[in-house]
Amino acid sequence: MQAQDLTVRRGTEVLFKALSFTLHAGQLVWLRGSNGSGKTSLLRVLAGLSKPDSGQLRWNAEPLNQSEDYRAKLVYMGHANALKDDLTAMEALRFLTTVHGRACPQDRMEAALRRMGVFHRRKLPVRMLSQGQRRRVALARLVLEDRPGFWVLDEPFDALDDAGLTLVQELFRENVQRGGTVLFTSHIAVQPEGLPLTELRLQGMRA
Amino acid sequence: MNPMLALLARDLRLASRRPAEALLPVVFFVVAASLFPLGVGPEANTLKTIAPGIVWVCALLSSMLSLGSMYGSDYADGSLEQMLISSMSGFELAVAKCFAHWLMTGVPLLLVSPLLGLLFGLGWEAIGLLALGLLLGTPILSMMGGMGAALTLGLRNSAVLILLIVLPLCIPVLIFGAGAVSAAEAGLAPDGHFYLLGAMLLLTSLGAPVATAAALRISV
Amino acid sequence: MKNLPRLFYFAAPSRFYWLASKAVPWLYAIAAAFAVWGLYVGFFVAPTDATQGDSYRIIFIHVPAAWMSMVIYLAMAGWAAFGWAANARLASMMARALAPTGAAFTFLALWTGAFWGKPTWGAWWVWDARLTSELILLFLYLGFMALVEAIDDTRRADHAGALLAIVGAVNVPIIYFSVRWWNTLHQGSSISMTAAPKMAHAMVEAMLLMTVAFWAYAFAVVFRRCSAIVLERERGADWVQALARKEG
Repeated sequence: MQAQDLTVRRGTEVLFKALSFTLHAGQLVWLRGSNGSGKTSLLRVLAGLSKPDSGQLRWNAEPLNQSEDYRAKLVYMGHANALKDDLTAMEALRFLTTVHGRACPQDRMEAALRRMGVFHRRKLPVRMLSQGQRRRVALARLVLEDRPGFWVLDEPFDALDDAGLTLVQELFRENVQRGGTVLFTSHIAVQPEGLPLTELRLQGMRA
Repeated sequence: MNPMLALLARDLRLASRRPAEALLPVVFFVVAASLFPLGVGPEANTLKTIAPGIVWVCALLSSMLSLGSMYGSDYADGSLEQMLISSMSGFELAVAKCFAHWLMTGVPLLLVSPLLGLLFGLGWEAIGLLALGLLLGTPILSMMGGMGAALTLGLRNSAVLILLIVLPLCIPVLIFGAGAVSAAEAGLAPDGHFYLLGAMLLLTSLGAPVATAAALRISV
Repeated sequence: MKNLPRLFYFAAPSRFYWLASKAVPWLYAIAAAFAVWGLYVGFFVAPTDATQGDSYRIIFIHVPAAWMSMVIYLAMAGWAAFGWAANARLASMMARALAPTGAAFTFLALWTGAFWGKPTWGAWWVWDARLTSELILLFLYLGFMALVEAIDDTRRADHAGALLAIVGAVNVPIIYFSVRWWNTLHQGSSISMTAAPKMAHAMVEAMLLMTVAFWAYAFAVVFRRCSAIVLERERGADWVQALARKEG
């Protein structure tokens, strides 16, 4: 993943200008910056949800929006969980995986929910789950990923307890060890064992 | 399973879990249409003449009622974002959503329209023509409405805005749908109206999802 | 500006602002001059119409207004589309500036049409094909303005407006034809609104003069409005700050 000279605006405000960076396979990157420095906007641009004002983004030297490989490898999770309140946890997970073309047999999904510690709540509508449980259901998608992926995660640790934090960091390690990359934001300091952590800082108008 | 089918199935399932909300447009349809005889007076011939127009206008307004929720709840909980970067193209997303909307709003309106026809004293032939027109026209309304909903995502007065934006564009549908019945009542052949409605349906099917996909990208 | 052809010289908001400030007084002058000339010809030189007497003279305002309403819609849609496709901010600002003027001309056309209709048909309004489509054009303008005002994010507003304007532009012919066919089927329609095919030379002259006047007026007003929009949107830019300081 290569970014060159990215300039991103929100409304009429320029969030950052001329940002350039390169990310490689097998990297775990913590995107940091103060509130309002444009972290979420950058993640959205990487996910293809918005276009930068100027600058280029390339995946293996191909422009991002033309790269099929990028589409296949990208896993984006935003602030919101993307779970419908009226669906059961299982149904919501099944929809998310199907829509991304990663449909799984029932037993694999059950195993993922079990690993995330929400198996016992899988038949309840999402609105009856606590915030932390909803996050765990959303993160179950990551358990089902078995290829090296490019994970772009906005506040994945939100609402999780300590056990959840450890679990997610394990998932990060698994992805990185099979050659994937993880780019995430977090307000909580994380220190995954034995995994080198790179920091990418956004400071107002400079990279 | 195909993502489009999965989306369609999901939306239908969600609607089935909140049946009262899903039926609101139909209830509005009947109530609103029933107000006219009360306002205009029960003179049978007047009612027969204005019936096609009233049914169509009420169908238009009822369709627009449920548009806010087409993309609104998905936008709010982040599902829309996920769908936009999924393996579905924007076009497919728009088509699936409009089809779901039509199944949940257009088809019930279509099924209830004979009842209204009887209330207004229309003959069976007229009722049939009315239903045929609605069959062709309600998908157009769903698709135009989908575009309007996509443009007004997350805005404060989106319900009224959608009406203001979409209604002028749907006027031809209204003219030909109601016109078909009126023409038949006047002894003329309604065929031309239906051909035109069919043509509009075709054109809208090609153009509206494209515009809707573009609008979603703009609004998200 | 890097190596753009001279055509795009004024695409920079600051240069446009300069151009507009210089051009507007002239445009108003031209508008006033042609309006006076045109109205003089229309009201005093053109002969009394055989069938309609003197009440027809309102067409010297009505017809140019109607033409403007349609041309401005196309211009608005065109600029908005260009602004969206090329991410050209000034083009989108121009589209926004055009909308109220277009709506005003549409309203003027409808209003003067009513004044023409009363003595001619005996009714303030009829559901004639042209009137109805003109009314819908007014709704399209209002819809555009409402949408663009309702969205706070300027870029989203510009692009959403562009999409709506384009869809509207595609629909205008459809609406016009559908209304014409509906109207024909309904019968009961009154006299055709086409002005008498053979018009006296002076009448044509007056209409053309008024058209030029309206064009100049439209340019003047739209340029002023666009300049205001430019100032508002570019208020963070250096040249605007300098201007503000100079004005005191």
